[in-house]
Amino acid sequence: MDISFNEDQIEIRNQAHRFMENECPPTFVRAMYEDERGFTDDLWTKMAEMGWMGMRIPEEYDGIGLKLIDVCIVLEEMGRAILPGPYFSTVLLAAETLLEAGSEAQKKAYLPRIAVGELRGTLALLEPDSGPDPGYIKMEARADGDGFVFSGTKLFVPDAHVSDFMVVAARTHPGDDREQGLTLFLVETKAKGVAVQPCRTMDGSRKQSEVRFDGLRVAKADALGEVGRGWTPLSRVLERAAVGLAAENVGGAQKALEIAVEYAKVRHQFGQPIGGFQAIKHRCAEMLVVVEGSRSLLYWAAWAVEEDPKQAALAASAAKAYTADAYRTVATLGTQILGGIGITWEHDMHLYLKRAKANQVALGDTAYHQEEVARQLGA
Amino acid sequence: MDYRPTPQDEQFRKELKAWIARTFPSDQPPPKMETREDRINAYRDYQRKVFEGGYAGIRYPKEYGGQGGTLMQEIITSEELGPIGRTHAASVNVIGFGMGIPTVFTVGTPEQKEKFMRKSLDGTCIWCQAFSEPNAGSDVASISTRAERMGDHYVVNGQKVWITNAQYADWCMLLVRTNPNVAKHKGLSYLLMDMKAPGVEVRPIQQLTGEAEFNEIFIDNVQVPVENLVGEENGGWSIALTTLMFERVMGDLSTANQFLWVFEQLWQMVKGVKRRGRPILEDPGFRQKLAQMYIEILVLKYNGYRSLDRVLKGGIPGAEGSVGKIIWSELNPRMTELALEIEGPYSQLIERSAGAIEDGRWQYMFLRAKGNTVEAGSAEIQRNIIGERVLGLPKDLARMAPAASVKK
Repeated sequence: MDISFNEDQIEIRNQAHRFMENECPPTFVRAMYEDERGFTDDLWTKMAEMGWMGMRIPEEYDGIGLKLIDVCIVLEEMGRAILPGPYFSTVLLAAETLLEAGSEAQKKAYLPRIAVGELRGTLALLEPDSGPDPGYIKMEARADGDGFVFSGTKLFVPDAHVSDFMVVAARTHPGDDREQGLTLFLVETKAKGVAVQPCRTMDGSRKQSEVRFDGLRVAKADALGEVGRGWTPLSRVLERAAVGLAAENVGGAQKALEIAVEYAKVRHQFGQPIGGFQAIKHRCAEMLVVVEGSRSLLYWAAWAVEEDPKQAALAASAAKAYTADAYRTVATLGTQILGGIGITWEHDMHLYLKRAKANQVALGDTAYHQEEVARQLGA
Repeated sequence: MDYRPTPQDEQFRKELKAWIARTFPSDQPPPKMETREDRINAYRDYQRKVFEGGYAGIRYPKEYGGQGGTLMQEIITSEELGPIGRTHAASVNVIGFGMGIPTVFTVGTPEQKEKFMRKSLDGTCIWCQAFSEPNAGSDVASISTRAERMGDHYVVNGQKVWITNAQYADWCMLLVRTNPNVAKHKGLSYLLMDMKAPGVEVRPIQQLTGEAEFNEIFIDNVQVPVENLVGEENGGWSIALTTLMFERVMGDLSTANQFLWVFEQLWQMVKGVKRRGRPILEDPGFRQKLAQMYIEILVLKYNGYRSLDRVLKGGIPGAEGSVGKIIWSELNPRMTELALEIEGPYSQLIERSAGAIEDGRWQYMFLRAKGNTVEAGSAEIQRNIIGERVLGLPKDLARMAPAASVKK
């Protein structure tokens, strides 16, 4: 057992940290809040040049083929900077699904182009009545000739508005069993029958859209993996993505903690820095406890999801639930410690609070993941 | 990064399990625990067997009676021996393993290591730690127990309180004031006191559970040889902090293992409880609360891995040990209170009451857990330590006063 980072991983972190400080300062995040696309081609190209798009893609498809923990190191730094844009949806959702369920031809067609930054993708899961649980997906894909036809609405699809393609989960065998009859399809975002309507969301750094399918025709060859057997690969993808979000949560919470502590050291009231008062100091300590706890859980979960199949589902849900609540707690306490300036548009803390709230419900809220943990324990 | 045990570690676990099965057969009744002597005998017998079996002090060098083992072996030993230790009164020397042995090993003289390491690991020597006093609780640096140098020994006078296991201990880690004329943190020294020395008196304190784990120690002209000074005279504060940090870090992992065991018991108990005629696990509210407890135990466990990893690489733990202390000490009261919530009206029934679920053990655990956020440095003090020593926030000016201004 060795639970330390190796030299390569330390270098990955240092590079990512420097990159984000230079390329993604709060001024950039704020500009992207206002930007319709929510990212720039220039930054996307630079990130591709860093090799980050292909971190998880094997060398045979022109990627680097690293472990989830390595991507989590980068995601921690991205979370710290509240990186806007479709990195998470492309790499953790779309590319992971292709890797998990794609045929050789599909992988060859998509993965090398994702690795160099040519293609952006996402995953369309949630529906108006499904809540956070993909087990309640109802949208039916009806067999029609040599393909399928479907109509329906997917909600909260991250970065759909700037995606080239999306993976869409639909029922090919409708029924009550959450795990049966689910099929994943590759859909070109510009295809006839696909309409993307961006939502106005609290967190402007990660755009989400409503996606309507109106009689969309999909060839059978565009099914990812076996028809009707999408649940298993989808579950694995969602486990890894949940851990990826946990990494973002740790990075964001760490930075929010640093901002609050720095302020507590320099803001004077009653003749002393406010951080000398236990009312403030103890809140800062509380923030550190949940940040460190989150980090400890994250690193184990990032390892377990890939290397310990028996614990993978439990580890992913535990990490998602705990780190998301921790991030929300830190951003909330941080806002309070900042006092008046904390509730202004001018100060950056609200950017963290908003991302924290978005991440809390993304890929299943805390109650959903607590239920998953309980299920894994045998409830 | 790899959390998997190596084949050597797996082999280690296999051999340890086989040794446990041979040494502590499951069909053997647990030892008697009725009197103080029963518990001391049970502990000594257990620890001697562990030592002779080659499983005591995994992380310490062989020259001092340890095993020169790895982090994973330390974790495996804690996991496998934990349940046996609980039925053999291993808690009698929890202070020795958590604080005494690591402190002597890290900052003791070669002679002190020679004198104490082996006999602490083999069960001969049981430890207690006496820092707190009636007027020096969280503000431990304001202690007033005095030690005056008289040639080759110190003469100690004072009173200590909240001393875990003093009723069992052979030796005591004692914090005393050797110079009252300097800032309160600067005049302290750290002595090792023989609990059988003339002038040492131990009186138990009955807790709200009804039992007495803690004690007062009255120290009346007790002579402590100068060779039992740990570190420099008047340099006791940093050693006291080191001791407390060891207590916090080393405790995390064994506590996490114990909590996983407690959670398993809780889960079993929950399975038998019904509400409105239905199993309580069908209630999402309780299900989610239970899941949250389990998640937080995992946080404690893997935070413990990281802390212990740092200790094994760097020697002395830092202030981050307070993180684990806060996590476990605030989790346990919530976990045991959840057990009572699940029991509903039955939660009022204590041991020997007809109808008490599991003979009232959760009621005892709930009450005992109230001490968690007070013992070993209160939750508030841990937050001060994190705020000041980890985050670098300024100290409260009122806490910098010299010893002379401290109320005696």
